[in-house]
Amino acid sequence: MAKKIDVPFNGTKEQEEKLRAQLAQLKIEHDGKGLMIAALQRAQDIYGYLPEAVQQIIADELGVSLAEVYGVATFYAQFSLYPKGNYKIGVCLGTACYVKGSGDVYKKICDTLKIEGGQCTDDLRFSLDATRCIGCCGLAPVMTVNDDVYGKVTPEEVEGILAKYMN
Amino acid sequence: MFRSHILVCGGTGCTSGNSMKIYDALVDRIQKEGLEKEVHVTKTGCFGLCAYGPIMIVYPEGAFYSQVKVEDVDEIVNEHIIKGRIVTRLLYKETVGEDGTIKALNDTNFYKKQHRVALRNCGVINPEKIEEYIAYDGYEALGKVLTEMTPQDVIDVISKSGLRGRGGAGFPTGRKWQFAKNSVGDKKYVCCNADEGDPGAFMDRSILEGDPHAVIEAMAIAAYAIGSDQGYIYVRAEYPIAVQRLTIAIKQAREYGLLGKNIFGTKFCFDLDIRLGAGAFVCGEETALMTSIEGHRGEPRPRPPFPAVKGLFGKPTILNNVETYANIPQIILKGADWFASMGTEKSRGTKVFALGGKIHNTGLVEIPMGTTMREIIYDIGGGCPNGKKFKAAQTGGPSGGCIPAHLIDTPIDYDNLIAIGSMMGSGGLIVMDEDNCMVDIAKFFLEFTVDESCGKCTACRIGTKRLYEMLCKVTDGTATMEDLDKMEELCYYIKENSLCGLGQTAPNPVLSTLHYFRDEYEAHVRDKRCPAGVCKKLLRYQIVADKCKGCTLCARNCPVGAITGTVKEPHVIDPNKCIKCGVCMEKCRFGAIIKA
Repeated sequence: MAKKIDVPFNGTKEQEEKLRAQLAQLKIEHDGKGLMIAALQRAQDIYGYLPEAVQQIIADELGVSLAEVYGVATFYAQFSLYPKGNYKIGVCLGTACYVKGSGDVYKKICDTLKIEGGQCTDDLRFSLDATRCIGCCGLAPVMTVNDDVYGKVTPEEVEGILAKYMN
Repeated sequence: MFRSHILVCGGTGCTSGNSMKIYDALVDRIQKEGLEKEVHVTKTGCFGLCAYGPIMIVYPEGAFYSQVKVEDVDEIVNEHIIKGRIVTRLLYKETVGEDGTIKALNDTNFYKKQHRVALRNCGVINPEKIEEYIAYDGYEALGKVLTEMTPQDVIDVISKSGLRGRGGAGFPTGRKWQFAKNSVGDKKYVCCNADEGDPGAFMDRSILEGDPHAVIEAMAIAAYAIGSDQGYIYVRAEYPIAVQRLTIAIKQAREYGLLGKNIFGTKFCFDLDIRLGAGAFVCGEETALMTSIEGHRGEPRPRPPFPAVKGLFGKPTILNNVETYANIPQIILKGADWFASMGTEKSRGTKVFALGGKIHNTGLVEIPMGTTMREIIYDIGGGCPNGKKFKAAQTGGPSGGCIPAHLIDTPIDYDNLIAIGSMMGSGGLIVMDEDNCMVDIAKFFLEFTVDESCGKCTACRIGTKRLYEMLCKVTDGTATMEDLDKMEELCYYIKENSLCGLGQTAPNPVLSTLHYFRDEYEAHVRDKRCPAGVCKKLLRYQIVADKCKGCTLCARNCPVGAITGTVKEPHVIDPNKCIKCGVCMEKCRFGAIIKA
């Protein structure tokens, strides 16, 4: 479970309008069928995460219960009910990376930032997630920070990599 | 006419190594030199040899540059493109002959034994241009099917070719299509499973990134065969490049009238949409995938009814995997006999494997079925790096098993792999050397399935968790010999009682390692020792007195002060204080510290 951080929901009116417009668009694109996952993906793109207020908007727009939205949102790994850090760190724990020692890299990041997987640092700067294979096994072990990819990472290099994102 | 073509790999592996910056720099430089009418720069799909990425090829010379950096672009343009002198230092060394001449790529060890059917266009064409696909016989198979063949003809050809599903279970594709064709329904669906979830397998992604039109064409052919007019491709959201290229490809196919209404002027109508997965391994299971497309929690449902009878939105549906589809247009064009001439009696054709782990040439390889593991690992893959000994190969991901060194000459096909306790799976092939602990590997896979079990059925939800806990006891050194027997019993219980493929195959990594590496399990249990030196709780760091020079470096770096000794005298580690962090071993310059 992600560490619960008390961040008050501060979605803007523009965000809400954007979401409602996109949901209307989705209904047309999907012919009215099976649009829950796409709806949650759009919402997470807009807000960065899926707080209850946002889930409620989706429930209202799609005409389903909040429980159903919550059920789908908690089933899939992509969705987060809590905010993520500014810098999202991912460490591949796919088999190819794991046999080459990505588990040690992951642990080093946990120790350095004093968080566990799925959690976010108190200042919302970093969040850490174990990812599945991201498909560049030639670079194993791999870690990512937002869109930057670091290949053949050793635990010793972790602090240096994180330092790049400190200011 | 261009005098030179530069192909830059735009697959995920090379892109992660900055190949798009190299592409931009090349285009930029070529323009500055005013050569854009003479030299054509294009980005392609994956070449397969990911270990040496970023990769580019310059034709007509066929110079295969590997591990290129942005800084190398100027040299390549100055020397190769302008002066015609190949930059030898950047060539993949396997392509340089003893006399300094360039060997054809297909003569190198990595490519020599490969036979590319599903991957034939990857690394060859620009996947974002439908014209290039068409130039390589693209959409010709669809044209042939619509104008010369009946739906039954199509199914007969696919059945006769012997093609089996490349997603894991190996169900005969033709038979699947026949079931769906025979089902009565006003609406039928064709789905593509691109939710590649096996850790370490990335062939589906490479096909979508390198040759998306092949999948679109094949789905249209399947739709014609079963009488469907709507298809869905279910792709992992974690594959942004694949999603983007598919989106472009679908748009182009619509513009060319190859998707939509009255394709090739016939009555046949078919359109295609992308649905993004949201990260759930169980959605690779066919009924779970369909539930997910419907917008629900991706939980599997019992079969029968099979999807061919009652699938997506309750309608007859076929679902095939990306690699399966990628074979279809070739089978239609070249015939069932051509396809059936490759491979073994019960497993025809070729299979793509993603080589990873402790192996030199990580990357994608496509080999005829029946190739032995030895050929893949040593001849193509180049063996284990750093002179380490090959210990086992893992196929089939979390559903598969480990193949030990003594079975390395087994010809790979569906049935042989099952017979030796593994399975084809989607084709991940992870190589392990003597430094990998097999109990740890089994635990790793179980942790994965515990996490990914959807929780619908008890056997899988609770069974995998209990199995994982037993494995933890083994790696912690607290298990008993009876626990090993209990584990085996639980494995069979989970296999027999789980609802879907995830649970039914989840114990395979444990069963196969228990079978082939029981001595390693017993070493953990009886001797409280991890032979590979991986399981931390069982590790002991020791200083070899003869080698220790007494330099005190280890003692000064030990975070818990567990190392004592006088200067210039051998030091000792207090096992009760040692936290097994390994810092001392890293710091020691004399190799005097060992794991035991």
